[in-house]
Formats: sequence, structure tokens, C-alpha cells
Amino acid sequence: MSTLLEVSGVSKSFDGFKAINNLSFQIGEPEMRAVIGPNGAGKTTFMDIVTGKTKPDEGTVLFGEKSQSLLKLSESQIAQVGIGRKFQRPTVFEDQSVSDNLMMALKKDRSPWAVLRFRPAREDHAAVARLADEIGLTDQLTRKAGELSHGQKQWLEIGMLLAQDPRLLLVDEPAAGMTPAEREHTTDILVEAAKTRAVVVVEHDMEFVRRLNCKVTVLHEGSVLAEGSLDHVTANERVIEVYLGR
Amino acid sequence: MTDTPSLFPKYAGGLGAGPQSRPFIARHPSVLIFIACLALFTLCVTILSEGFGIGVVSTSFVKTLGKTLCLCMVALAMDLVWGYCGILSLGHMAFFGIGGYAIGMWLMYARTEIIVVQSLAAAPLPPTAGEISQGIATQIFGVVGASEFPPIWAFAHSLPLQLAAIVIVPGLLALVFGWLAFRSRVTGVYLSILTQAMTLALSLYLFQNDSGLRGNNGLSGLQNLPGLGDVPQSTVSIWFLWASALALGLAYLLCAWIVSGKFGSVIRAIRDDEARVRFLGYSVEAYKLTIFTLTAVIAGIAGALYYPQAGIINPAEIAPIASIYLAVWVAIGGRGRLYGAVIGAAFVSLVSTWFTGGQAPDINLGFYTISWVDWWTVLLGFSFVVVTLFAPKGIGGLIDLVPSPNRHGADLGPDAGSLRESEADR
Amino acid sequence: MSPSAHLGRVHMQRLLAFFLCLMLALPAAAQDADAPIQQVMQTHADLIAKASRRTIQTAIDALTASGLPAAQEVMERWQDKEMWQDETTGLFVFVEEIDRDTIRIFDISDGTDLGEVPDDSYKQLKPNSGVRGLIAAGLVKFQLFDDSPAIRRLALDAIARDPEQGHLAALRDVIADEPSPALAAIMTRLERLLTIEFGDDEAEKIAAIAHFDGDLGVDARAALNPLVTTRIEVGEAVPEGPEVLRTLRPGDEALPKTQAYQLLVDADLAPPLIPASEVREALIRNIDGSTVAGVQVASLNTDRARNAAFATLVAEGLAEPAATEEEIDTALAAYQFFEVFIGAPPTVALAAKDVLSGIETKLALNQTADLALDAISLASIYFLAAIGLAITFGVMGVINMAHGEFIMMGAYTGYVVQLFVPDHTLSILLAIPLAFMVTFAAGVAMERLVIRWLYHRPLETLLATFGVSIALQQLAKNIFGTQARPLTAPGWLDGSMVINDVVSISYIRIAIFILALIFLALFLIVMNRTRLGLEVRAVTQNPRMAASMGINPDRINMLTFGFGSGIAGIAGVAIGLYAKVTSEMGSDYIVQSFMTVVVGGVGNIWGTLLGAAMVGSMQKGIEFLNPSNTLAAQTYMILFIILFIQFRPRGIIALKGRAAEA
Repeated sequence: MSTLLEVSGVSKSFDGFKAINNLSFQIGEPEMRAVIGPNGAGKTTFMDIVTGKTKPDEGTVLFGEKSQSLLKLSESQIAQVGIGRKFQRPTVFEDQSVSDNLMMALKKDRSPWAVLRFRPAREDHAAVARLADEIGLTDQLTRKAGELSHGQKQWLEIGMLLAQDPRLLLVDEPAAGMTPAEREHTTDILVEAAKTRAVVVVEHDMEFVRRLNCKVTVLHEGSVLAEGSLDHVTANERVIEVYLGR
Repeated sequence: MTDTPSLFPKYAGGLGAGPQSRPFIARHPSVLIFIACLALFTLCVTILSEGFGIGVVSTSFVKTLGKTLCLCMVALAMDLVWGYCGILSLGHMAFFGIGGYAIGMWLMYARTEIIVVQSLAAAPLPPTAGEISQGIATQIFGVVGASEFPPIWAFAHSLPLQLAAIVIVPGLLALVFGWLAFRSRVTGVYLSILTQAMTLALSLYLFQNDSGLRGNNGLSGLQNLPGLGDVPQSTVSIWFLWASALALGLAYLLCAWIVSGKFGSVIRAIRDDEARVRFLGYSVEAYKLTIFTLTAVIAGIAGALYYPQAGIINPAEIAPIASIYLAVWVAIGGRGRLYGAVIGAAFVSLVSTWFTGGQAPDINLGFYTISWVDWWTVLLGFSFVVVTLFAPKGIGGLIDLVPSPNRHGADLGPDAGSLRESEADR
Repeated sequence: MSPSAHLGRVHMQRLLAFFLCLMLALPAAAQDADAPIQQVMQTHADLIAKASRRTIQTAIDALTASGLPAAQEVMERWQDKEMWQDETTGLFVFVEEIDRDTIRIFDISDGTDLGEVPDDSYKQLKPNSGVRGLIAAGLVKFQLFDDSPAIRRLALDAIARDPEQGHLAALRDVIADEPSPALAAIMTRLERLLTIEFGDDEAEKIAAIAHFDGDLGVDARAALNPLVTTRIEVGEAVPEGPEVLRTLRPGDEALPKTQAYQLLVDADLAPPLIPASEVREALIRNIDGSTVAGVQVASLNTDRARNAAFATLVAEGLAEPAATEEEIDTALAAYQFFEVFIGAPPTVALAAKDVLSGIETKLALNQTADLALDAISLASIYFLAAIGLAITFGVMGVINMAHGEFIMMGAYTGYVVQLFVPDHTLSILLAIPLAFMVTFAAGVAMERLVIRWLYHRPLETLLATFGVSIALQQLAKNIFGTQARPLTAPGWLDGSMVINDVVSISYIRIAIFILALIFLALFLIVMNRTRLGLEVRAVTQNPRMAASMGINPDRINMLTFGFGSGIAGIAGVAIGLYAKVTSEMGSDYIVQSFMTVVVGGVGNIWGTLLGAAMVGSMQKGIEFLNPSNTLAAQTYMILFIILFIQFRPRGIIALKGRAAEA
């Protein structure tokens, strides 16, 4: 298992408030990692930095075998090197059909000219169908995404992430607002995905994290408080103090 | 990248209805209907015209109809850039005007050349090229007190080069402006204001006498085709009607083809949630730039067909208000659907012509007479507010009342998408 | 000449009263032919009778030099064409016309009434305007000695307007005795100006010139500039001497070759150039059937062919050869070109040049200061126009395209108020709160009816408010017509504060500046010191949280929008005072207002202030560099702003923090 993403010494402050403070983080490929932490611990800012939405004040973010720095890349370039992100609230293109959403996400040449000439081939349809099957939306392919239920939108978004075929998947609270059955399905999808790639799940729900059964990183005040198995970190005094103790 | 027609209908079943596997026209019946309507319209006008038919429709009305087709075409461009891509450009009439100026320069040059050569033919010595050029320059620029050709007229003598300019100049301007604006991630209302500033700057520049384009006199006499002085305007007007109809048809096909594919998906996605599209790995700026430039070119071509029918172009045509009216047409017609833009432009501009042309009957209230020449703009302004508030889908939205399984077009306006985005950020 | 004419009238009234008394005592008196003044007049009788501008000065000088108390009145009456000459005796009399044929005559020495006589033997002296001017100049000398400072002041003004050689001596005589220091200062200055123009020796002139070092007066520059005029001359060699300013080479910027050659031609040093058209004309002259010089006419459609045919004509002796480039160059090389002072002796000219260059420097500094004042006043107008927009845009995120029409509405409110209240001070004081109320109401109505349905749909708000803007503009046109309506400022705002001849600023602009300051203060107080401001800030930052704390965001939005619109109304009154009120005035300011807000940065009043300062000073700066073309100035300014947005997309003062990152 080689290191895929290496974040080291990253800091970021907004108007004097240190959202991220000298954070260092590593993940290998394939690996599943859960990131937990109280509100304001810097989880979202951490993802913003990795995906290029926010530029850090200092520190380095390296990706892949060639240790490519992500700091100089734009959001779309970062996505193209193989980092996918799922937002906390489902953001799918509600005006378009499920298959359009998936087709857009398929890993293809993304330059305007290529996209302009693109007409889906048989294997593209097949790929969309396979993904739809994986996320359980085969019957909904022609429906507009806006008509889907909340959970279905979450899955569609995960499906779009998988369609991108990223090497690193950042997932922000995937199980929020789901029924227990939906949660189980979501867990399965994520666990399956983590077999071939790196997956970082930010989650509040301890039950969900426990079911993922993976290494856990605890963030607090913008830096790593503890790291290890869930049992290990929950036994940590400081973690109990700042997080579970609340 | 091969197209798959209905080779695998069974497989398509697995995809649901498999809308992608049928031919383009079959998937988009509205395109066929539109083209048919356009052809029928052109045929009817031709038959009813003075030049080629029974003479029921006057030549000036044929010109009005031809101009309306050009306005529909620029509305199509506006719909693509605003309704589909979410960029509320208040500058597309500037590109339209540039197209008009580009063709106008050639028309004016070539026609003046004929006049000058004729007048010099009576001279004892045959004229030199320099004398002819001098004569043309004096004729054209005498009105602004100049007698030299400004550098931008360097290619005015050549029809192919000026035709190229119709495409290249608006395209290049849009490319440079768009690159600057999109690169620094100017979006939403900021971008609208910036495009408006661009239009204002251009029109103010053209208003100067030393702009090289005859200041506020503009270019005139464009309805006369050089070398075709014998052909009556009734015939020329029909030629232009055909050309406008053809251009509109082609532009419609092009736009429909663009928005029906994955490119259309991407730009609509940009409209609805630009940040999300970035995280999908698409370079939003490149797409916006492509659409902005492409639509600028379409607008330029539309302008080049419009102004020979209008006969005159001056900087007032480029004033910011013109672009605002363009947005009004598209909004009233229904943005996010191509036929909506066309319906809006045709409906509003023709009704405007009717009202402001003094043909509409005045309403006598006893104590006050409502003269539509004065009150039409007030009515238009307020009805625009009403449409924005209560009928964001515009006239085109009426089509949705007819049930149909094969509908493309947006249910949610551009702003509904930005609503989600702004909420997500809170 | 009106002051002296007026003086004449005053004197006449006095005299008439005096004569009335006399007439009662002395029914008739003989004309005094030996009175000293009559003697002086008789000496120059011919000159006076046939006065012409060229010759009359002698007579006038004699009169002024005579020192006679009657001389002044004689000159005044002469100037007013009230002096006649008795054709039989040649004596001069004052005349009052009774009717067509009868006149009443008075002695010129003491005004004695000599009775009514027929006018047959008398001839009216009708000095022409040139002569009258000289008489007036002569009269000035008397006025300089007058007891009344006002009259002396008028005399000085007359001298300054139309200086004469003779004034110099007169001025020098009176300066020492002038009791009023202010008048003495004017006299001293005038004396120096006259010395520069009429002074006798160079030293005197140079001394006078030196006094004007750094003087910004237009009159100083007007007096100095003629001294430094130069002319370009040509000769075999550059003469030695101080009058030569510099030598020039043909082809320099100051001396294009064609001009240099023309100098040679004018000095008969070279044959005149044959114009290009001569080739054509020579060819036309020599057309023989269908050929010229053996060449087919039809083939002469290029310059090359024409020149070839012309060369043939020259060879045949049928045309004058044109000078070639080389010949011109040779001719030019044979002579020297140099610039000489022609306005004054070189020492004086150099002194003047020195002082002038000092003045230029100071002038430039002062012009910069003037420009800065202009820029500040423009900036305050933009600030006033933009502040309402900044409130609605910054606080509510709403673009109000009808903002310009609210400005217009405020201005028309002022106009309507002035229709009912004629007193300008009172009407403006009434108009300001009324304009606020009207536009506040309009703003609230628009917010309630339109904008609140469109929150979070910024583009549609933009369009809907555009619709309102179009409608309001046309509405104003329908009600008030297309012609501009006046909004008159109170009298005490007329005029300018003049700091010196270059720097001045009109009071109205100062008033607008102060108004802008008041608004800045008002805004800061409302936002930072009141409950409303607190609630507005709360709603801006987090509407949901604010709502949960019992603040009604609906109410706050409504009030904010009304407040912003109300300020636009007041700005309208201010702008209307300084520009005209038309239905399109709003659209004239809307783009600049947006630029101000965008350049300054949204959501910060200081940003708006900086934005206004930047847009205003930039516009003035560009106008200064290209004064003939304000359209181009606006074009360049907009382009600059488009570029500026590239580098600071969020304006000068950008909001920081997470909200801005989003």
C-alpha cells in the first residue's frame, strides 16, 4: 500500500480564525479512512484544501506516485488527476436525467471540443447502466434527478463519483438523512469502492463509522488529535474530552 | 465517438427509454417542427411578396420580417449563453452591431466606389487607384471632416475579408473579454454589469467622430447592394429574407445539436451549479468561453444580415439598452428552450414595431388619450416585470401545458440553480 | 466706455442745475473766445474737426497736458457727440438739441448758456469709435485723479482692458499718492505690465518682468507671451547674436521639410514646388486626340504611367520639370535655418522666457490642484449616486437597475417643488426631505411588489428592476417631456470660490461635497449606532440566525431598500442642481455608480468611498490628458475598470473570510 495523498504542515486561517493548524495527513491506496471531529474541527476546510477550493496559507499537498503538488492546480485539474468529492448536501444536477448526470461524470476527455463531438457509444451506455445498477437507480435512469428522494440523490452523487473513477474519494457525511436500510446500502457501496481506491469519509455518526470498520482520524481545532482504529481513538482521553465528552 | 443509432434497441431497454439511441431529429421533434414552420413561413412570405408573388405583403414589411428573423437568431444566441449556460450577457447586441458594421463597411465602400468611378470616368484622364481611393474616402468621411481612410478600413474593399471579419471580430472580442472575465471568476450580476460596461465602452467609442466609423452618423445606404443597382428592393428584400431564414434555420440546428448532447448537459450543469461541475473535472471557464465566443459569432452573423435590411447602422444600435431588450425578448419568450427565444424575439419585436409605428389605436379615456407611441415602453417594462415574477418560463412555457413524453428544455431557470448554490454556501 | 458715458451723464445733470440758476441771472452772454481751453482747442481745431484715429492723439495729448479744469468735461462731451463747431468763427460749443433745427449752445470754458440758435451754421463733431476710444483713454488720466476710489478703480479696469503708451506715465504719477493700499497694489501691478509693454529701456522691462515670477495671472502671461515670440528664418549662415534662440534642421519636429522649403521659396532662394496635381494638369493640357506625349490616354491610370508620360512632356519642353527629392534636399542643405526672437530684444525675451517657464511649472502644479478639486467633486457625486446602490447591493445582494431612475425621481421631485415654492433656498430645503420620502416610498413599493419575490435569484432581480427602469424612464418622459427641466440652486450657491486665477471651485460643488460627507456620517451613524443598523448587519451576516432572534428580516429588507432608494432621491436633487433634470439622467449615472460599487468592493461603505474617489479621479485624469474628447475618456475609463476587475475581482476593499471564499 503506497501513499497516495500526503498533506503536511498545512495551515489556513480566516480573519484570524485558524481553521486548519499545521495539519498533516496521509492516506494510501487502496484504503478506507474515516475522519471524525466536532463542529469547527476543520473537516470541511480540509476537503476544500485537497480539492483546490481553498488555497492554504502554508504547507504542502502532494498526490500520486510522482508526488505532484495540488496547490497549483485548479479544481477541475485536481478532479482530473483523480480526486472526487461528494458534498455534504447532495448536489446533483436536478434539471437533468439520472443518466445524463452519470454520463457527464463518466471518465472521458473533458475538453470542450471533445465533449462537443461526444456521442455516447455502446460501452458508455453500458457503463452508465452498470453504475446505475450499483447504486440501485436502474429504474430511475430517465427521471430527472430533481425528482429523486433525498437518499437516491445521495446515491446518485456517489454513483457520479464512481463514474469519475477517482483514485481518491472524499465523502462528506454520506449517510446524513438516510433510513437505516439506505445507510446499509451506502456502507456497502463505500466499502466496495475502497477495495480499489482510497476513500476518505467524514462522518458524525459513530455507528456508521463503526460499520465502515476502518482506520479513524480525529480532527480537533484544525489538527490531528488522534489516529487509529475506532476502539483505539475512542479510548483516547483527549478525544473523549474534546469530542465524546460533549 | 461513433454514433449508435437503433442497433441495440433491446439494450436501450435496459437503460429505460434509451433516449440517446434514436436519431437526433426523432429525439427532438421540436427542431423538425421549427424548421418546418420556418420553411412554411418563408414560402408564404415569398408568395405574398411584391418581388416574387402576388404583392399582398409590402416590401417594407418583408424587410421587417427579414429583420425579425435576424433578431430571432441573435435571441437564439442569447438563449444559449443565458438560458443554457447561465451567463446573463448584456453585451450580445454589441457583437450583433459589430457584424453589422463589418458588412456595412464593405457595402458602403463598394457602392461609393462605383459612384466615384462613374464620376471620374468623365475626367480627361483615367483615374488612378489612389485617386479612386481618395474619392471614396472623401465621399464617406466628408461628413466627419476627414478625407483619409482610417486603418480599420484596410480590408473594406474586399468582400471575403469583410465577411471573415463578421465572424472573426466579434469572436475575437468575445474571446478576449470572456477570457479576462471568466479567468478571474467574475460571475452572476458582476459579469452582467461587466458585459454592459463593455457594450457602453464600445458604443461611446463609436460615437466619436474620429473612431473611423463616421461617429454618430454611422454607416448608411446599406440596403443598396453594390453592382446590383438594377435589382429592385422588392427582390433584394426577398433574397435577404431567404438568407435570414436559412441562417436562422442553420443556427437553430447548430444550437439544438449543441444543447442536445453532453456539451449541453455540461453547460446546463454549469448554469445550475458551477462549483460542482468543477469538481467533476470540467474546466468551467473553457466551456463558458466556448459558448460566449460561439454565441458572439452567431450574433455577428445575425447582425451582418440585419443591417443591410435596415439600411443604416449607427452607434445607438449598440447602446446597452439594446442588449437589455434582447434579454427581455428571451425572458418573455421563455429561456432555456430554443424555440422560446425565437418566439419571444419575434413576438416582442413585431408587437413593438406595431405599437411604436403608430399603427396601434390610441385609447381615449375622456380625460387623457393613451398614445401607444408614448406608453408602449411603459407597458413593455411592466409586463416584463410581471413575466419575470409570475411566468418565469415565458411564452414558451405554454407548450409545457400540452403533455408530451419527449420534451427537452429546462424547467428550472438559471437562478433556481444559483439559489441552491448560494444556500449550500451559507 | 460705459463708465465714462455714465460719468458724462452725472456731470450733465449737475451742470444743467447750475445753468438753470445762471440762466435766471444772465439771460445772454457772449462766447468767450479767449478762454484757455478754447485756445487749446483752436490750436488743434483742424485735427479735432476732421478727427481720425491716426492723427487725433496730438490734440488729446494737448488737452490732457493743458491741466485745465474744463478739459475733462470737454473731452467727455466731445466723446458723447455733444460738442459742435461754429462754422463761421471756428469756435467750439457744447450743444443741447432742442428740435430738428434748433440747438441751445453753451460756452465750453464755463458752461455759460448762450441761448437758442438755429443749427444751420453749426456742425456737430462726430468722432468715430476709434477716436472715441482714444478720448476715453485720455479721460482715464483724469479719472485716475478722481476723489472717488470707485472711479479710480474703473479707470484702472479701463487701462487693463485697453492699455496705451500714455497710461504708463499717468500711472507712475498717481501711484505714490494713492491712499488706498488695495488700489495701489493694482496700480503697481498694472504699471509693471505696462512697463513690459511700453517701457523705455530694457533694464526697466527686465526688472518689471522679474516681478512676475510665479504669477498665475492670465494678464501676466498675456503680457509676457508676445515677448518670447519667435520666427524661423533662413540664411546662408546663422547670424551671431543673442537674438538667435536655436538653429533648426529641416525635418525636425519643429520644422518639417515642406515648411523649410516653403521658407526658401518665400525668401526667393529656391524655385516653388510644382504641386502633385500639376502632373495631371500638364497631361490634360497636352492631350492630343487620344494620346498624350505619345501614350494612350486610357493607359494613364497609374501614377507610374503618368509620371513617365510627364517626363516625356518635360523632355519635349511642354512642361516645367518638378523639383525632385534630391533637388529639394540639396536646396535645404545649402541654407541654415534658425529661430530668432522677434517680440523683444533678446535680453528681455530671455528674461521673459525664464519667468514664463517658472510660471508654467507653478501653473502645472495649480492645474493639478484644480484637477484634484474637480476629481473630488466628481467623486462626491458618484459617491452620492452609488451609496444607495451600495446599500441595496452590499446589504441585500440585490442589484437595483432602477436605481438611476430613483435618482431621476428625486431630481424631478425637486423640480416640482420649485414650481410651487419659488424661493430657491426654501424649495431646496423642502425638496431634500420630500425627495427622500418619495423615493423611499417608491423603493419600499418596489421591494414589496417585486424584489422580495426574487430574493436569491439575482439575475432575475436584475431583469425585473430593468423592466421597472425602462417603464419609469418612459413614464417620466410622458409626464415631463423630453426637454431638460431646470432645478435652480439658491443664489448663495452661485459663483465659485476662487483661490487664484487657475484654481477655483463652484460653491455648488462644495455643497455637494459637504452633502456627501453628511451622508457618509449619516450612514456610519445609522449602521453602527442604531438598533436598525444592528439589525441590518445581523440580517446581512446571517438572516436565519437573525430571524430566530426575533428580527423580522422582511421588515429589515424593506427598510434597507427604502433607505437606499431614499438616498438615491437626495442624490438626485444634488445632481439636478449641478446638471439638468431629464428623464435619462439616471442612466447617465447608473453605469458609473455600478463601477463605483464594484471597484470599491461590495458591502463596505469605505469601499464605496474609495471606489468613487478612484472612478472620479480617473475620469478627470483621462479627461485632462485628452480634453477634447470626453467620450474617449469614458471609453478608456470603462476599459480600465474591466481590467481592474481582473486583478481585484472583489474590489478595493474585499470582504474577507469564509463568506468571501464561498
